Amino acid sequence: MTRAVTEEDLVQILTPDGQRLAHDIYDAYLADVDADMLRSFYRDMALTRRFDQEATALQRQGQLCLWVPVRGQEAAQIGSGRATRPSDYIFPTYREHGVALTREVSFSEMLRLFRGISGGGWDPRENNFHMYTMVLAAQLPHAAGYGMALNLEQHGWDEAKRAAEGGAVVAYFGDGSSTEGEAHESMVFANSFDAPVVYFCQNNQWAISVPFEVQSKVPLVQRAAGYGMPGIRVDGNDVLAVLAVTRWALEHARSGKGPVFIEAVTYRLGAHTTADDPTKYRLSEEEKAWAPKDPLIRLETYLRENKLVDDEFFEQLAVDADAMAAKVREDAMAFPVPPLAKSFEQVYAQAHPLIQEELDWHLQYEAGFADAAQGEH
Amino acid sequence: MTTTMTLAKAITAGLDKVLEGNDKAILMGEDIGKLGGVYRITEGLQAKYGAHRVIDSPLGEAGIVGSAVGMALRGHSPLVEIQFDGFVFPAFSQITTQLAKMHARSEGRLTTPVVIRIPYGGGIGSIEHHSESPEALFVHTAGLRVITPSNANDAYWMIQQAAACPDPVIYFEPKRRYWLKGEVDTETPALDAFKAQVVRSGDDATIVAYGPLVPVALAAAEAALEDGRSIEVIDLRSLSPIDFDTITESVQKTGRLIVTHEAPTFGGLGGEIAARVTERAFLSLEAPVLRVGGFHMPYPISKVESQYLPDIDKLLEALDRSFAY
Repeated sequence: MTRAVTEEDLVQILTPDGQRLAHDIYDAYLADVDADMLRSFYRDMALTRRFDQEATALQRQGQLCLWVPVRGQEAAQIGSGRATRPSDYIFPTYREHGVALTREVSFSEMLRLFRGISGGGWDPRENNFHMYTMVLAAQLPHAAGYGMALNLEQHGWDEAKRAAEGGAVVAYFGDGSSTEGEAHESMVFANSFDAPVVYFCQNNQWAISVPFEVQSKVPLVQRAAGYGMPGIRVDGNDVLAVLAVTRWALEHARSGKGPVFIEAVTYRLGAHTTADDPTKYRLSEEEKAWAPKDPLIRLETYLRENKLVDDEFFEQLAVDADAMAAKVREDAMAFPVPPLAKSFEQVYAQAHPLIQEELDWHLQYEAGFADAAQGEH
Repeated sequence: MTTTMTLAKAITAGLDKVLEGNDKAILMGEDIGKLGGVYRITEGLQAKYGAHRVIDSPLGEAGIVGSAVGMALRGHSPLVEIQFDGFVFPAFSQITTQLAKMHARSEGRLTTPVVIRIPYGGGIGSIEHHSESPEALFVHTAGLRVITPSNANDAYWMIQQAAACPDPVIYFEPKRRYWLKGEVDTETPALDAFKAQVVRSGDDATIVAYGPLVPVALAAAEAALEDGRSIEVIDLRSLSPIDFDTITESVQKTGRLIVTHEAPTFGGLGGEIAARVTERAFLSLEAPVLRVGGFHMPYPISKVESQYLPDIDKLLEALDRSFAY
């Protein structure tokens, strides 16, 4: 698969109008997908969208310092996340709220970062889901190194043992960060050492205000051949196609054959962040053209046409999603603000004289205000 | 047991001990395997420990440091080599935005015990990017520890102490002293890597130096004897944290302080040390703290670098100014 990929190679299983297509390679990777699983995909996508809506509202109400909307990219995230094993390690960007859900990271915990009470938010070790990385592409060399370390640990394992027990890494990034030098270096390192890394690029067409055409003149997936790894271009709004290709890629990487590049073609339906204003740089016609390709709509159409759901499913899901959103809001508002003194402890793992000196000064300075307040009584 | 070694071979021996004692320790860098590195610091280690533990990396400093961070997140302890001081900057973002801050960002949950070895400093008749002293840029970044040995015994022990530290450590190697021989005691560990050491006792003034300038400071102290001046010399060893207690104690005794480094004076460590000593020992000072460092310019062409670098005469001149105050 290390050939050039053309526009025609886009892998699609569910068409935008909800038709199921057959695929000679990837059908085998969907054999276990039954009605329950399909409904759970829809549920995860809908919950992600509701969470995104609630977080956006919280930001608009001044309760979050920033929010990074994910609307439109739910299929790319749920499909790829559901292809992973719990033991696989995930390096997200800052927009992988849907992937986080598939890794069972608490939505409430995810708001700690944006609520301004934590620099990370959740424990990456609990779900093998790394903290969000804000510096574009900086997480990609980490993914290569993590994969290199897995290879060290699995040194001497045969392909069957690796396939059964081996670890893998999924590194998320976008069309914007694909042009960063660290994306390039990461892919060189991973390929040179056959690191089990799946590079999952969500090409959502816009890097804030910069259109995809400025990042690349050809489909991004064509870069894969230059590094010597397989590249797959997939309809990122098609949860089944994303699931299938990511399963294929993880199988390939896990078994010791090296990394894989996936370009998931999707669209950021909303703003880059709550500080962004897409009306300044893109036409509403474009947004309207993408709206019918919405990942939730096509799965809903498929589920309804095949009588796999009824109205009650959607009604119940809406109730559950609202309850989830209410809980997230309640949790976010109740998070205690840790004292600055806590931050001193976290700079170094080992005792550090300057940290101690500055902490002591800070504590006695702050205590002075308490004394003054007491004196007024 | 003591053995005579060059500073370079003492680092090699220290790395050997690290690899022997910790099977999670990995060396990685450009040309460090078969070649043993451009300065041969890792010579023989790939043959001894295998290409999977002593890794010849592709060329890419951000890739080297970034993948070392990833290895550390998986529980390994990478020690990476940056070929020359001036080549560390492609990795600057990884070092300052990722490596330094992973522990804080994760609220103490994640540690990234990566050691970054960087040959630094001039005086070797080479080009700009092989002669720089960028330590202040890393000292300014919270979350990093920065150390530099000045002699073979410290080189041997401090690299092992760096490897054992749960925090990221930048280990600056004074490349013009690689061939400086010294006694290495392989049984008794050296002083804690994050402490300064008084390497010459004196009463009239203190010179604080580190890395390549420690022998220069010692020579200046010897020369000052002719003027009847007894000079104390402190080898800083750790640039972050800085052992201000040792410096303060010395200044309280001598009343005069000269700080010297090859890095440009402006914005350098000398300024920080001067400010702290002024805060801690103002009434002990007989003269302003003076700095002897590089000029505010890119590292100069090698034919005139001797006029740029701090040397014995510049230190003696600074001492004269201090005593004349």
